[in-house]
Amino acid sequence: MSVKKELLTGNDVVLKAALLAGAEYFAGYPITPSTEIMNGWAREAAKNPKLLFLQTEDETSAGMAVIGGLLAGKKTWTVTSGVGHILIQDPLVLAETLSLPFVMYVGQRGGPSTGTVIYSQQELNLARYGGNSEGLRVVYAPSNIQELFEITQKAFHTAWRYRLPTIILGDGYLTKTLSPVDTSRVLPQEPAEAIFLNKEVKNLRNCFSREDELAEHLNILFAKYASASRQIVESESYKTNDARVVIFAWGTVGFAAKVAVHNLRKENKRVGLFRPITMRPFDDRGAIKAVKNADKILIAESSGGQFGRIVRETLTQSTDAEYIRLYKPAEGITPEEIEAKIKEVY
Amino acid sequence: MEPRYPHCVNPKTKPSNFCPGCGYGIILKTLGEVIDELEIAPRTVFAVDIGCNLLAWNYYKLDTIQTHHGRVTPLSVGYKRANRESVTIGIAGDGGLYAIGLQSFLHAAHRDDPVTIIGVNNTIYAMTGGQLAPTSLYGQITDSSPEGKFTYEKPVLGPELAKDMAGPSAYLARASILNIPQMKQMLKSAIERQIGGHFSFVEIMSYCPTNWKTDAKQSIEALEKLEETFKLGVING
Repeated sequence: MSVKKELLTGNDVVLKAALLAGAEYFAGYPITPSTEIMNGWAREAAKNPKLLFLQTEDETSAGMAVIGGLLAGKKTWTVTSGVGHILIQDPLVLAETLSLPFVMYVGQRGGPSTGTVIYSQQELNLARYGGNSEGLRVVYAPSNIQELFEITQKAFHTAWRYRLPTIILGDGYLTKTLSPVDTSRVLPQEPAEAIFLNKEVKNLRNCFSREDELAEHLNILFAKYASASRQIVESESYKTNDARVVIFAWGTVGFAAKVAVHNLRKENKRVGLFRPITMRPFDDRGAIKAVKNADKILIAESSGGQFGRIVRETLTQSTDAEYIRLYKPAEGITPEEIEAKIKEVY
Repeated sequence: MEPRYPHCVNPKTKPSNFCPGCGYGIILKTLGEVIDELEIAPRTVFAVDIGCNLLAWNYYKLDTIQTHHGRVTPLSVGYKRANRESVTIGIAGDGGLYAIGLQSFLHAAHRDDPVTIIGVNNTIYAMTGGQLAPTSLYGQITDSSPEGKFTYEKPVLGPELAKDMAGPSAYLARASILNIPQMKQMLKSAIERQIGGHFSFVEIMSYCPTNWKTDAKQSIEALEKLEETFKLGVING
């Protein structure tokens, strides 16, 4: 396969990958730092009458319109951020109960409230468990622009293959940065099929009359999720085999941590990285294996411990290692900061 | 004698779960007749809100989706944009449409989205037991306004409100279950307007004997009284 490098922003990359994955319909509402993706789609739709576009009055409506598009069998998606991400949880739970392939890119920004407009890792809990149930969705976390290109395509693939709402959880650093990207790797497209006006009549409900009716429905959803999870779950363990210090980091911070590991290894320090690629489902086994020889675990994240809680819960029975925290809610974390934090203890 | 339903109504899900004396039966049956007469069942998609109308999720032999409270409009709009050949009909109550779903309703009118929205107005939130609605009348006592509603004399008049934001070709009307032929004609005109590519909306005045605590005669009298405030007719033809 030939390498085809293009100079793109992350926003361009999300748009390009969605089109390559067969996206046909976008419904959304502007919010920084994700607006440029919607603008890009609007420009594409103006050129190509096969691409549908709807700018709605708010994010709740955007999500409901996405569901309308999915019922019509169109690969429909949206992007949002921050407080928009909160509003869109309403349609997202409808997609969960109906097993719909709802695809959404989320550009995390600082919170709570309007917070800041470019960066944080504070929307992890919301992405994973923002609904009034047990998080029947897939959450991918790309760590750099190249991965963003591949994961955005994969999100459509996963959503349509397993009929699960799928979120790509990025941030403004990822999507506003201009970088060379190899765009040659194109995943095969999953087929799409209309639910409505296709074969037999379907009456779809989300409200059940009795506890046992809903329980029966949930049992099916949970079983499907568990079985799909085994196929979907993904993580990266980098130089963890002999590592005495294992860094746990994800997304953009995961990439900074990888650079830190690379630099520290040059100084013969036995440091490794565990980086989940799917934040939900979470690769428990991979995480446990990564800390086999560790006596220290550094958790680095741009939130006040949302990721740390997952890590500690996952590893609770598997390690006696000491935890070191580098929590910087809504602030960026550089490789140098991670290296300095490790040198304090190793 | 077996009850006679329109062809697009699903007899297997009858009797429906609406309260005895509820106006929804009349509305849904009439809508079914219109769908039959226009011969649009094979391309019709029906969406229900949350509120009493959620009970209509399996009323018809039509593809139907039960949405969330106030969300029937954006879902219908989203579907229709993806399938222009369809006839997309959404139904909601006055709470769903004029409170939590108002901005979606008004913006669908503003964009002239070619869907048909039906708003059933009984001046209260009926499913939750009779709370104050945007349509409640001045002085009206409800579960959440025990001393009466005294905010502003004029209740929300849906079609009149939408007219200001709607495109000139939108169809906006108000019907009542006390005048079935007029209601039927309005539903038919609304669907035809959607097929013609424009937004259409029919508000239907209905009674709620359960929450109004009225018998049959009192229900009709109370509804007649409401029609003095909520005037029947085509608001934008």
